[in-house]
Amino acid sequence: MNRLNVELPGLKMKNPVMPASGCFGFGQEYAEFYDLSVLGAVAVKAATPETRRGNDTPRVAETESGMLNAIGLQNPGIDHILAHELPWLEKYDVPLLANIAGKTKEDYVLVAERISDATNVHALELNISCPNVKEEGLQFGSDPQMAAELTRAVKAVSSLPVYVKLSPNVTDIAGVAAAVEEAGADGLSMINTLMGMKIDIRTGNPILANKTGGLSGPAVKPVAIRMIYEVSQRVSIPIIGMGGIYSAEDIIEFFMAGASAVAVGTANFSDPFACPDLIKDLDRLLEEMEVSHISELTGRSWNKWEPNLSSSR
Amino acid sequence: MKKENLTVISQENLAPRIYRMKLKGESVRSMLTPGQFVHLKLGGRHPLLRRPISICDVEEDQLSIIYRVEGQGTSMLAEKKDGDTVDALGPLGEGFPITPSDDTALLIGGGVGIPPLYYLAKQLYDKGKRVKIILGFRRQEEMFLTEAFSRFGEVFVTTENGSCGTRGFVTDAIAKAGEFDVFYTCGPKPMLRAVEKAAGTNGYISLEERMGCGVGACLACVCDLKEAETDKSYVKACKDGPVFQAGEVVL
Repeated sequence: MNRLNVELPGLKMKNPVMPASGCFGFGQEYAEFYDLSVLGAVAVKAATPETRRGNDTPRVAETESGMLNAIGLQNPGIDHILAHELPWLEKYDVPLLANIAGKTKEDYVLVAERISDATNVHALELNISCPNVKEEGLQFGSDPQMAAELTRAVKAVSSLPVYVKLSPNVTDIAGVAAAVEEAGADGLSMINTLMGMKIDIRTGNPILANKTGGLSGPAVKPVAIRMIYEVSQRVSIPIIGMGGIYSAEDIIEFFMAGASAVAVGTANFSDPFACPDLIKDLDRLLEEMEVSHISELTGRSWNKWEPNLSSSR
Repeated sequence: MKKENLTVISQENLAPRIYRMKLKGESVRSMLTPGQFVHLKLGGRHPLLRRPISICDVEEDQLSIIYRVEGQGTSMLAEKKDGDTVDALGPLGEGFPITPSDDTALLIGGGVGIPPLYYLAKQLYDKGKRVKIILGFRRQEEMFLTEAFSRFGEVFVTTENGSCGTRGFVTDAIAKAGEFDVFYTCGPKPMLRAVEKAAGTNGYISLEERMGCGVGACLACVCDLKEAETDKSYVKACKDGPVFQAGEVVL
């Protein structure tokens, strides 16, 4: 029995697990470890109109149960991605979620329009939340009006479903979510990394050349759960949940908070087999929990709190 | 490239904070190229990332690594006892090429950059090459592997405080080592820069970089190319390296 297949706008997924954008390149590296067709989908690395060299190194730093990164949207640019990266992925039976980024609305529109022509791209993910590029996407992510306007502009040039990847670095994430839903977004991805910093106490220098970076990994999971719990009750579009997923139990928690699929980021770095292992573990766990289909769990925790009798004894 | 829980068969303290660990497993048989590395997972969710450790020697299904205890990951590695296992991914990266036309090789290692040169020295020696080795340490108490290297060729030691061998840095011993056709070096970046300047262009350098995934996906360990090609201006230390031709990347 298939307990795992889920269908989201544009994404017909065998299971609800996809690698998160920026944590999987364009798949080539991980294809050396396993068949990418086992994945529910792949969120490919952000594409910008031009080639980006990214930030100076060091670009990663480890923290308690997490990591900071400041890669800076390094990518070979839309032309190269269309010519060399996406065609290579055609041999895999897996839908692609194309992450797009830019400096201006025009940048997003240009990349959205061009990448929509790729035969194996099934949906777009607007990256309005990268914390590592100054005065760029993030301004769209922190202003509900701008986020809505960008969503409308992209929807106007592409027939593909559009997911908006929300930033957790805001006071009212539900406000941004409601605004992009109103503007026609087909789904949400949440959350992107939380802005953070680490200092080398021997020198007093920040470890990252960019000084600040985006925090990911298990440390951010409770924040993601809270935000998805809150946002999913405000909107009616599906949410791809992400933020520190390391186990099948984590995936169940994201679903119960209100997610309809999940993306796995940092865990791929700790273990290249993270995604296929999670898919297997998730199936086993659902069987154990006697859940007949994963989608039954979406939003199970909404407006729910009961005293836990077993723990109060 | 495989992921396997390798079994610890020995662990010894070679110098202050420097340990040699021997590990056993089937995937070790594929670790044939010196200069490649293994990516070790220690702990569950903290530390979160794997630790890249260079391959020091391989004998059948036995791997030797030499590492310095720097932080939590390497401390956990040092606590491993015989019979414990270590989650290892490897071999990763591109190692040192051995060129048939070069007869005399000069190996230049500094600190924990020394271990990968051991496996290289052994292979060069087995191929009948003449091997000269410069090993740089801060002080005599921190020296390791100098005896072992002498099996393969003449060893020149430098110490920063002059407590053994030539006083100064590895570059201070290059003239003493005499002529060579090709050089191979591994150590901290300032050392690599100095060696590149002093030893010419026919050589290979192995970079130490902070890595995320170790397999080429996360772009944490990129280095700029000196002569940028049109569609590629950078390389990844984990996947395209850690070994590069001298003068290829910006140090």
